[in-house]
Amino acid sequence: MTIPALALDDVAFAWPGRGGFSLSCPAFKMAPGERVLLIGASGSGKSTLLSLICGIVPATRGRVSVGGTDLGTLSAGGRDRFRAEQIGVIFQQFNLLPYAKVIDNILLPLRFAPHRRTRAGGGVTEAARLCAELGLPDEVLSRQAGRLSVGQQQRVAVARALIGAPPLIVADEPTSALDAETQDSFLRLLFDRTDEVQSALLMVSHDERLAPRFDRVIRLADIVSTERSAA
Amino acid sequence: MILRLAIGSLCARALTVGMTILAIALSVTLFLGVEKIRTGARASFADTISGTDLIVGARSGSVQLLLYSVFRIGNATNNVTWDSYQDIKSRPEVDWIVPISLGDSHRQFRVMGTTSGFFEHYKYRGGRALEIPEGHGLEDLYDAVVGADVAATLGYAVGDPIVVSHGLASFTAHDDQPFRIAGIIAKTGTPVDRTVIVSLEAIEAIHVDWQSGAKSGQITPREVIRDMDLTPTAITAALVGVKSRLQVFGLQRWINDYPEEPVLAILPGVALQELWQIVGVAETALIGVSAMVVVTALIGMMAMIFSSLNERRREMAIWRAMGARPSTILGLLVLEAMLMAAAGALLGLGFLYLGLVIGQPWVDAAFGIWLPIEPPSPRDALALGFVIGAAALTSLFPALRAYRLSLADGMMVRI
Repeated sequence: MTIPALALDDVAFAWPGRGGFSLSCPAFKMAPGERVLLIGASGSGKSTLLSLICGIVPATRGRVSVGGTDLGTLSAGGRDRFRAEQIGVIFQQFNLLPYAKVIDNILLPLRFAPHRRTRAGGGVTEAARLCAELGLPDEVLSRQAGRLSVGQQQRVAVARALIGAPPLIVADEPTSALDAETQDSFLRLLFDRTDEVQSALLMVSHDERLAPRFDRVIRLADIVSTERSAA
Repeated sequence: MILRLAIGSLCARALTVGMTILAIALSVTLFLGVEKIRTGARASFADTISGTDLIVGARSGSVQLLLYSVFRIGNATNNVTWDSYQDIKSRPEVDWIVPISLGDSHRQFRVMGTTSGFFEHYKYRGGRALEIPEGHGLEDLYDAVVGADVAATLGYAVGDPIVVSHGLASFTAHDDQPFRIAGIIAKTGTPVDRTVIVSLEAIEAIHVDWQSGAKSGQITPREVIRDMDLTPTAITAALVGVKSRLQVFGLQRWINDYPEEPVLAILPGVALQELWQIVGVAETALIGVSAMVVVTALIGMMAMIFSSLNERRREMAIWRAMGARPSTILGLLVLEAMLMAAAGALLGLGFLYLGLVIGQPWVDAAFGIWLPIEPPSPRDALALGFVIGAAALTSLFPALRAYRLSLADGMMVRI
């Protein structure tokens, strides 16, 4: 049996003091290289689930493992390092440090992940290659990230998530800030690139029209139950 | 890379960051400026007299004697009789002795009666002698030699007549006996610049017709005065040089124990030290105030960082998502603060030198304080280091808040 890219097993978590919001996820697995669309509206525990998967917060019960590593066995600093090494993250928008050059934005995760930097072969050439494949002109690399269009920024975010080929890409509504046409080409580029490096892709969205393009579509409510006690 | 990103982040907020840097720069300029003036004033004071081993005057405080004899600040409480002066002069240890007689004035400047020995033995700024580029020293009874500031302020040239006033703020002039300017002393940066020097005999001469501090009715013709015995009965103070420095303390003890009259001999260096102890309180207060201004600027910076935290939460979330630890974010904020402080310190240093270049001649002319333009002293460098260190320390407060925020927010900002 292959090691799953992501596995949640009997996981429970409660935010300390935040209106008593708690979440539990009995079981969820992703195979390596698998493309999963997770459909859920905001407020359905989406952010909390992603925080657990990325190791920002530790589960209060159960196991969250990424690529076979149980995040619960790592220290807080270890989880930060692990995230830098193993997970590429793409947000809905405001992905980039606006004051930094595009190249610095792409190389930022490598700063915290020496192995991933080695995999990326130092990074600069790899960053340029990724940008070229994502249809970004060369001169973009030396421009300030804040001056790019939203569509270009999202593609830079993809390049940053993919550099050094992390086994898991987590994308949080990466297309919702784009218009329909750009959305389409963005997804095609994202899929091509994740296929190339064989990363598993977990995308969260509320847009069901994206469903046909994924290996598997899961409703958040089916794998996660949330509770908000009126504390 | 982190450094480059920190600089980029600061540049992106150029206006608020610039204002903060400016505030730090001005406070640093003030602090270093106060320090500069303080050391400059000390050096100028210390440079005022050199080569004199003892100052002798009527018994009072040593600081008081130093102030009125050398700096022309305040007045003598009493005089030293000519007999005592002669006794001291005849001591075997004495190499030279120069009498000084003060008490009259010319406009806002003091008049000092002395001998030509003054020009020979008075030294300033590490042994430099007085120079008279125009005219000559005291030759005739009615010759006056004026300091550079006197000549510049009153527009005097060699050969001009001047009239000495009785007392220091007096409307009664010795107008019956005008002097002639024989020479003008080159600028020294000492109180000599603001002094009118005449001979000791001349001081006697202009007081011939005076009794108990008031003008008597008669006027003695100058020819008669020239033939009179103008040996003074008393002097204000005397500068003494000894043959061997080893004899200084012995001579000082002898003078202080002089049975005929209560006189006091002081070592100029020791008296200066005592003066510093008095002035030191004001200096400390001044340094304290300017240090508080630096602290205020740093608190301003802290407030600026605090207020920027909220709008930077998304940025922090990006850092966290990329694998940065909360401690990296703390370090980033401290680094930014140190960069601002360093920029402020350098800019402040620039302002200081700019101010020195512009203000140096004016301060010298107005206060007689020479502010040397030289590379920053180790003390200055230490102060700048402290500013940067203090900036790091104050930025810890907002940085710790950012640390806690980024722990709570993670990569998902809830705004």
